[in-house]
Amino acid sequence: MDLFEYQARDLFAKHDVPVLAGEVIDTPEAAREITERLGGKSVVKAQVKVGGRGKAGGVKLAASADEAVARATDILGMDIKGHTVHKVMIAETAPEIVEEYYVSFLLDRANRTFLSIASVEGGMEIEEVAATRPEAVAQTPIDAIDGVTPEKAREIVAAAKFPAEVADKIADVLVTLWDTFIKEDALLVEVNPLAKVASGEVIALDGKVSLDDNAEFRHPEFEELHDKAAANPLEAAAKEKNLNYVKLDGEVGIIGNGAGLVMSTLDVVAYAGEKHGGVKPANFLDIGGGASAQVMANGLEIILGDPDVRSVFVNVFGGITACDEVANGIVQALKLLEDKGEEVTKPLVVRLDGNNAELGRKILSDAAHPLVQRVDTMDGAADKAAELAAAK
Amino acid sequence: MAIWLNKDSKVIVQGMTGATGMKHTKLMLGDGTNVVGGVNPRKAGQTVDFDGTEVPVFGTVKEAIDKTGADVSVIFVPEKFTKDAVVEAIDAEIPLAVVITEGIAVHDTAAFWAYAGKKGNKTRIIGPNCPGIITPGQSNVGIIPGDITKPGRIGLVSKSGTLTYQMMYELRDIGFSTAVGIGGDPIIGTTHIDALAAFQDDPDTDLIVMIGEIGGDAEERAAAFIKENVTKPVVGYVAGFTAPEGKTMGHAGAIVSGSSGTAQAKKEALEAAGVKVGKTPTETAKLARGILGS
Repeated sequence: MDLFEYQARDLFAKHDVPVLAGEVIDTPEAAREITERLGGKSVVKAQVKVGGRGKAGGVKLAASADEAVARATDILGMDIKGHTVHKVMIAETAPEIVEEYYVSFLLDRANRTFLSIASVEGGMEIEEVAATRPEAVAQTPIDAIDGVTPEKAREIVAAAKFPAEVADKIADVLVTLWDTFIKEDALLVEVNPLAKVASGEVIALDGKVSLDDNAEFRHPEFEELHDKAAANPLEAAAKEKNLNYVKLDGEVGIIGNGAGLVMSTLDVVAYAGEKHGGVKPANFLDIGGGASAQVMANGLEIILGDPDVRSVFVNVFGGITACDEVANGIVQALKLLEDKGEEVTKPLVVRLDGNNAELGRKILSDAAHPLVQRVDTMDGAADKAAELAAAK
Repeated sequence: MAIWLNKDSKVIVQGMTGATGMKHTKLMLGDGTNVVGGVNPRKAGQTVDFDGTEVPVFGTVKEAIDKTGADVSVIFVPEKFTKDAVVEAIDAEIPLAVVITEGIAVHDTAAFWAYAGKKGNKTRIIGPNCPGIITPGQSNVGIIPGDITKPGRIGLVSKSGTLTYQMMYELRDIGFSTAVGIGGDPIIGTTHIDALAAFQDDPDTDLIVMIGEIGGDAEERAAAFIKENVTKPVVGYVAGFTAPEGKTMGHAGAIVSGSSGTAQAKKEALEAAGVKVGKTPTETAKLARGILGS
């Protein structure tokens, strides 16, 4: 889960990373009181989870409370690279900036540990610095158990060649930033820029934090951090039912079991679609291992409720999941929807293999629902589902 | 011979007395796995009856090893307690720990992986978030259905459980030496490379099928390894060509970030290493058949 800047700022503040004051608002008028409190001037910053908002006009200085309201009015509702601005942060104006640095901690998948990245050249995308001036980027592996001690922090500072007069201050920031990384179960904590200001202090002026959704069991507060406004309504409905669903932009609804098989199903449908007018998968939906008939029915209801869907492909290889449960789920879901008075018109192609496949196939044959057809190979079923979507 | 697991493997189950552990212990026993004990400190000294097979429960992994000679542990404990369970297995120096549990916080996995390193890597860790490992006809540790395929001469390594099953099914008439699901999390213990190296050295394996998916660069690194070290034929499959950037596709590790971790890049890296890569699981199986001439 990627956080907004204001959420990252709050987490930094909680762990004593030096930040400027700032509050998030969603109506322009609220900017007035905050700006007055900040001494009559502020920075109005669009809250979007995409880079380059400054260039897009999403960050403006306000020299008065009136101006802050005006700038907030401009920025709220703005579109930045396809992201609508629903919130702005009214932040304290930064003291005069002397230098801009970069520091981050992140997961290093390849080495199965954590990594520190630091550079004296902050303020721009670190990928850009790494590409043009790789010698200006210091990467230091961090042991997951030993973590970032003051000693390790000094090692990072030395590797990145931070100027002597800020070395101690940056080492302190690194220790508090690591604290944020560990205690919040983050996958990334990034400060860019970490600014040296005229007084000699260093301050985190902007930051990114990404949290590990799998750690939600020990962080009930994560729930509050989800961006519900941005969630697709179908994705939100699926989440309510604990379904692993991602909305895509095609026409063939997909249900399968197991993340790998479902990803593979999307690909196979996309290939098949090349022969059928370019139809594509409409979603990712993994009903998981050992799914019951009820889970299957929940999934099908979400898919059939998607107006973009023109045909549905149910692709199940029963490992723990029993194919007879899946078949019962399909039959029940269709009955449930019809009982609710909903007209089900979208054809379903079902491929069942593995655990209790014969039983599952028989259940579907016996039910003989006019919209359901069985195709017993994955490639063949994908082709049929694509053909039906193209024909609609 | 197979890799890492055979008929002589003595298996203990951490979390055996939970619902998932009970269900799969029964299935593993049914597949002929030599399950010699379970671990649960609160039920130590009891035995559990699985259709007439009495399996003792021990208080610790160490005790289970001392009393049974166990050399494999399979871990079904809930995600909150998984780190401690793996650390216990590492401390007991069990040679193989298979971590089935899904949804483990990546900081926990990073911590137990680092711990294994500090303890000299005496324990091979498979997983987390994986289906386990099966040497058909000999032993089955985890949740892979035991009846999909028969013993044979194909080695299989995969990030995905259901794609493992699909591929075992496609090639069920030829059969498998060992199939290992390494899991789809961002940090995993055993990698594609570990399995490729083991299959290369395994006289019972003639061909290797390697299944990858979007996210990270494990497949690219495996490709580089194959080029240098693997002389046996390798057939590959990569899932997730149609996955959008920035969305996690079911597995915590399955995410394309910017231009990194794409299926296309993985496919190209594998092909550059001489691996034949199928467009679909079925086509991948056909490529394997073509090479084996069956």
